[in-house]
Amino acid sequence: MSDTTNPSGLNVKQYKTDQQVKWCPGCGDHAILVQLQKVLAANGADRDRTVFVSGIGCSSRFPYYMDTFGFHGIHGRAPAIATGVKCANPDLDVWVITGDGDALSIGGNHFLHVIRRNVGLKIILFNNRIYGLTKGQYSPTSEFGTRTKSSPAGSIDHPIHPISVAIGAEITFVARVVDRDVHHLQYILERAAAHKGTAFIEVYQNCQVYNNDAYGYATDRQAKHDHIVYLEPGKPLIFGTNRDKGIRLNGEEPEVVDLAKVSPDDLVIHDEKAEDPSMAFRLARMHHPEYPVPLGVFRAVEKPVYEDLLMGQIEAAQQKSGPGSLRELFSSGDAWKVD
Amino acid sequence: MGTATSTKTKAKDKSVKPIEELPQAVVRFAGDSGDGMQLVGSQFTAASATMGNDVATFPDYPAEIRAPLGTLAGVSGFQVNFSSRDIHTPGDRVNVLVAMNPAALKVCVGELYEGGMLIVNEDEFTPANLTRAECEANPLETDELEGYRVFRVPMTSQTLEAVKETGLGPKDASRCKNFYALGLLYWLFDRPLEGTKRWVNTKFNRVPMVARANTLALEAGYAFGEKTDVFTVRHRVERASLRPGMYRNLTGNQAAAIGLVTAGRLAGKPVFYGSYPITPASEILHELASYKSHDVRVFQAEDEIAAMCSVIGAAFAGALAVTGTSGPGMALKQEAIGLGVMTELPCVIVDVQRGGPSTGLPTKTEQSDLWQVILGRNGDCPLPVIAAQSPADCFWTAIEATRIAIKYMTPVVMLSDGYLANGSEPWRIPDEAELPKIEVRHASDGSSFEPYTRDGNGARPWAIPGMADLRHRIGGLEKADITGNVCYVPENHQRMTELRAQKTANVARDIPATEVFGAESGELLVVSWGGTFGAVRTAIEQAADAEKSVGHVHLRWVNPLPPDLGAILKRFRQVLVCELNMGQLQSLLRSRYLVDAQGLHKVMGRPFRVSDILEKVDELLGGAGS
Repeated sequence: MSDTTNPSGLNVKQYKTDQQVKWCPGCGDHAILVQLQKVLAANGADRDRTVFVSGIGCSSRFPYYMDTFGFHGIHGRAPAIATGVKCANPDLDVWVITGDGDALSIGGNHFLHVIRRNVGLKIILFNNRIYGLTKGQYSPTSEFGTRTKSSPAGSIDHPIHPISVAIGAEITFVARVVDRDVHHLQYILERAAAHKGTAFIEVYQNCQVYNNDAYGYATDRQAKHDHIVYLEPGKPLIFGTNRDKGIRLNGEEPEVVDLAKVSPDDLVIHDEKAEDPSMAFRLARMHHPEYPVPLGVFRAVEKPVYEDLLMGQIEAAQQKSGPGSLRELFSSGDAWKVD
Repeated sequence: MGTATSTKTKAKDKSVKPIEELPQAVVRFAGDSGDGMQLVGSQFTAASATMGNDVATFPDYPAEIRAPLGTLAGVSGFQVNFSSRDIHTPGDRVNVLVAMNPAALKVCVGELYEGGMLIVNEDEFTPANLTRAECEANPLETDELEGYRVFRVPMTSQTLEAVKETGLGPKDASRCKNFYALGLLYWLFDRPLEGTKRWVNTKFNRVPMVARANTLALEAGYAFGEKTDVFTVRHRVERASLRPGMYRNLTGNQAAAIGLVTAGRLAGKPVFYGSYPITPASEILHELASYKSHDVRVFQAEDEIAAMCSVIGAAFAGALAVTGTSGPGMALKQEAIGLGVMTELPCVIVDVQRGGPSTGLPTKTEQSDLWQVILGRNGDCPLPVIAAQSPADCFWTAIEATRIAIKYMTPVVMLSDGYLANGSEPWRIPDEAELPKIEVRHASDGSSFEPYTRDGNGARPWAIPGMADLRHRIGGLEKADITGNVCYVPENHQRMTELRAQKTANVARDIPATEVFGAESGELLVVSWGGTFGAVRTAIEQAADAEKSVGHVHLRWVNPLPPDLGAILKRFRQVLVCELNMGQLQSLLRSRYLVDAQGLHKVMGRPFRVSDILEKVDELLGGAGS
């Protein structure tokens, strides 16, 4: 594993494969692919030590387009596969690409457990609130009442909120971005790349074919500023086309206030490093249209990383009793001699 | 004990009681599941093995951690066969039954030979316990035990008396009665107490009072045999003539774990074990978790599916990746195993079979996962399947499964079962020179690398992340031959399906010539696989001694089958397949070789008795074979 190429000097093109990208024209996935290739190139990521793992769904074709190591897994299981990769070789940079159905429906269990273990993976969830690859059924993040082929009278499932779930599972890094906001996307990907432990990004991703404009409120050039609020560390939550509105806590509840009447000093100051995840969770509960939707890093804290702990125990055992030998393995326990 | 060969008195013995020599004996300890029967059974086994006997054990315990006290459902038993000869089974029936309460007596007395010794803890035959055991009358006071030699020992009160000086409360004090029973059996079979005393002191070194109490109970049991006139004769089973060397007593699960660690060493790979706890496979997880100094990386996954998927990921990243499970878990893993077959990654799946279907009989043995592991995935999805034949053989089987997985770049299923997993036998510690080589060849030349080229065995190259210039992308979609790119071309799918089948078939090249035990040809061939080896081989040894025209073939590889098997089957007029299921191998042999194989099927959660096999053999031979 020592003969790795020197990654410096690679350009964006060198992170692309020769495979034709087979997403629909106009799909939000294209933007995410391009931004991630840019981020890896900018970081000089070592392609030989980078692994992309995915599950099943439109987003999960992603590894075929990255000139790194790639593993296209089975439905919902990418976090488990990636955990195995990381345990076998903790030095690898491992990214998990998943979708709302893949991560939160069939793979919901693995999503919870990889987060609570804080395995050093970067998980990007392409949330288009619809099943694309199976042609348009409602997904676990579809709004209540969504009419699809499998819910012609409207979905009677209540949606799950990925960031709330991640915080509930004690995530150490969690962020939300919109696919069309490429600069912000790039910034968040860079932050995730630098995080130690599980980094989870929810990308609001547009499915032009089956759920077009699901995030129109967050992407419309004019109107979006009244419907989104950027989370910036140490800064008050201010938003609006004229930056004239803010978020204040009224008791436990966030409320939208007019800055003509309320001082910015009374607003919520974003603290992504807060040990207590309660405020991050409250922010995750701010949904459209009642609230502006928060974008950015909700939470970024440090906690021991799974693979470090795993290898730490092995190193400690080897320091205590030396690297195990077969002789010692065979003769542990009561042995007797037969002549 | 009708098999005594001689009776003599040994002068240097403190005891004046005569010692009867026996070629072999089977003892069963039976009590409530909280009575510590597994523990004393293991101690008795270790003492017998250390004295040089060949031993084979059969732990038999309920699925409930603690069934209601004193009930039939809560009976836990541990059977040990110790012998001066080479033995393959824990014995059909027992010579000595130790029954710690009425329920244990009721459940196990049917296992006792007529005229056998029945040692009961008479203190526990109270009206309440008799009711719990659903006894209408106290069997010690009726004539129902007439066919046995009954020894009534007040074990509970004797134990309380013996441990009084420690000051333990009555509840804790009475828990030492299993050691009292053990001490008595040590006296009866002339075994030393020292090994168990050492074990007690190590085990309870933080609670010296408990260590002391158990030691006192052990000594009191021994002294009871010596001093009272309840017992008039002792027994001795001489050393067996085992192959010279150092030995350890291992259960199948311990042997599998040590085999996997060894295989990692031989392959120069860290062992990754991703698993979810399940009876009766969990001990492999526990054992491997204790081998950290050997760079064993244990991952207790959130479920069976995650366990298998983590194994696929670890194999992709270059570890010796292994999982262990039992039937229900195997069912959950199948989709991910298919991914392993498609991506052609080396890994080992240990299936410790138990009674099914569904949750079935978690603590009881069966061989009913054979179809599941060979046939149970979507698509044409072949993989090699190897089955261990005895507890210690799990060591060698784990190494061979690993060797084949890496040589052929494929998931391999290693079948064990509850009987092998918990049963134990002496394992001769091998010299390192006796171990097979496990050759690992990684792709190295990036300029010519294609992930789906094949070597002479049909294996594709193993190219792992972190190695230079070998970047590639694989997954569960059909691959183009050579390049491994996603490919839906009809002819390609046909070709790739055939290549995968051929690769598994090629494993037959690694299967040595099949040994036919007993008759080389003739009237009847008995075929077995996996954990039934001991019972079937013992039966055929006895049939051969009686000059019956019976041969025995035991299969180690069940997929692919040995290349010479078809010809062997045709050398016999009749074929009998003995298995603990309703005819799974039988059906495979019939379809593969068009042979009219008959079956002996048993699904009672218990291994075959030797007599089960002999009766069937006699039935088929009619008088023709002898």
